[in-house]
Amino acid sequence: MPERYVPNEAVTHGDGGTAALAMAEAETLEGGRNGRGGSPRDKPRSLWGDAWRDLRRNPVFLVSALIILFLVVIAIWPQLIADGNPYRADLAKAQEGSAPGHPFGFDTQGRDVYTRTVYGARASITVGICATAGAALLGSALGGLAGFFGGWWDALLSRVADIFFGIPVLLGGLVFLSVVTSKTVWPVVGFIVLLGWPQIARIARGSVVTAKQNDYVQAARALGASSGRLLLRHIAPNAVAPVIVVATIALGTYISLEATLSYLGAGLKPPTVSWGIDISTASTYIRNAPHMLLYPAGALSITVLAFIMLGDAVRDALDPKLR
Amino acid sequence: MGRYVIRRLLQMIPVFIGSTFLIFFMVYALGDPVAAMFGDRAPDPATAARIREELLLDQPLWKQYLHYMGQIFRGDFGTAFNGQPVTELMGTAFPVTLRLTLVAIVIEIIVGVTLGVLSGLRRGRALDTSVLVFTLVVVSIPTFVSGYVLQFLLGVKWGWVKPTVSTDAYLDELLLPGVVLALVSLAYVTRLTRTSLAENARADYVRTAVAKGLPRRRVVTRHLLRNSLIPVVTFIGTDIGSLMGGAIVTERIFNIHGVGFQLYQGILRQNSPTVVGFVTVLVLVFLFANLVVDLLYAVLDPRIRYA
Repeated sequence: MPERYVPNEAVTHGDGGTAALAMAEAETLEGGRNGRGGSPRDKPRSLWGDAWRDLRRNPVFLVSALIILFLVVIAIWPQLIADGNPYRADLAKAQEGSAPGHPFGFDTQGRDVYTRTVYGARASITVGICATAGAALLGSALGGLAGFFGGWWDALLSRVADIFFGIPVLLGGLVFLSVVTSKTVWPVVGFIVLLGWPQIARIARGSVVTAKQNDYVQAARALGASSGRLLLRHIAPNAVAPVIVVATIALGTYISLEATLSYLGAGLKPPTVSWGIDISTASTYIRNAPHMLLYPAGALSITVLAFIMLGDAVRDALDPKLR
Repeated sequence: MGRYVIRRLLQMIPVFIGSTFLIFFMVYALGDPVAAMFGDRAPDPATAARIREELLLDQPLWKQYLHYMGQIFRGDFGTAFNGQPVTELMGTAFPVTLRLTLVAIVIEIIVGVTLGVLSGLRRGRALDTSVLVFTLVVVSIPTFVSGYVLQFLLGVKWGWVKPTVSTDAYLDELLLPGVVLALVSLAYVTRLTRTSLAENARADYVRTAVAKGLPRRRVVTRHLLRNSLIPVVTFIGTDIGSLMGGAIVTERIFNIHGVGFQLYQGILRQNSPTVVGFVTVLVLVFLFANLVVDLLYAVLDPRIRYA
């Protein structure tokens, strides 16, 4: 299809692969949505039906979705592909390279790197999904209400969001998490939600502000619909697309953030098996045994890449301007 | 313009107070600075109580915060618990981090903008696709992974550069750390330049310039680039603040004694004045960078006017 000129007040659209760009881009999704539809002969498809049709034919989406499916499965049942014990240490084999039955070699305590890399998926996927769900729910609820009601609530929310934007993420994480003694994933999830929701709230707010000006919302209001009904039945379904796109990309960056915090010693703590911790331990021995670092690092990078690619593909499908 | 600046400065005040109070709360209320001074041993209760009184730690938190902020605005950031003034630590740490950030920004601009322009002018070609794939991969690899891998390959295995940085942190030593620090932002800059360029290429003023017979080179450099780089400038401006805060990982990998190093040590040893002082300065840098970017926007794009 030939490119057509699209009048556009926002600076970016299209193909940023990152949360920061996605923020700017997602805001433009809403504007271009009207005036699309199927070809004239069949009945007009919904945005979601249209997007799904596009996604099914997009190789980037298929590949990243397959990788993510695989990661989720091994996060739940790591035994499926690794029958060893991630904690079993054999000091005699410390830092040895790959051996039969141990394709990735051994780490500095003689634990099997392959088994640990497989088991490490659980922590990353859990943190990523829980933190994204939390940030998306909190952010879209607060941002949506701010966009719908406006006024002082909106102003207050913007200032609070500014405060959270002003705190450097890694430093805040180090300070906040260094006083936590819990060895579960929940403090890390909580911290990421705390710093992640303002980004989602901004997107949700902008999206709701655009959606509430639509004629059908005015019509429903004129018919006497309550605020709750307006928000849930008329606005939310039409404002949720940009939030989903940003949340998908954010999932990848959250996994990366968790690993970085764990690397700095503030994120997950042993005995949790985590890529970040293993990479941090291995970094001391990188000159003698680079394999200890490269395998978990590769797994981590592929995971992040898969989620960012998925977000990219979903945005392309939901953004009609690229067609 | 003047009124706009004043309004923005006033808006910064609650944000500054909120951010610094949040950090202050985390350090002083969630941690225990006095216990940290004694390391693993439990302090004698009487001594602990005396230190608490001396450092005003027995006061309510908001009073401590007010006292602390009052001192800061008199230029006194307090003493680290080893007796060294925090300002002295800052004097040695900030120049190093500033140099590192500068190197990173220059790399970001040169490589990021060049790649972005090249791919933006050739949308859909092989070069464009490979640049896109490159940015995706770069964004996906966390800084601490790319840092160690590049340090190992270039510094240890092939010996092209020194793997660690000396305390003086000369510019040539900071080249590799600068690349590592810049990588993720570099990918952002590339993508932003590319989309911005591709979008403006369809604008009316470009069509006019082509129609009146200007050579392609002039259309690209004078008309297209100048307008397309505005959002890029904005991004790079806001990035200065986040690079300085994010340098903590890079500085740890390459043993650079900058802001991140001092902060990391401060957090590990629960050296509260160091942590709060450094973060306060970083928050200020971040806020001012954002303000400058907003003002720059009006200078670069005459369509934007601030009343």
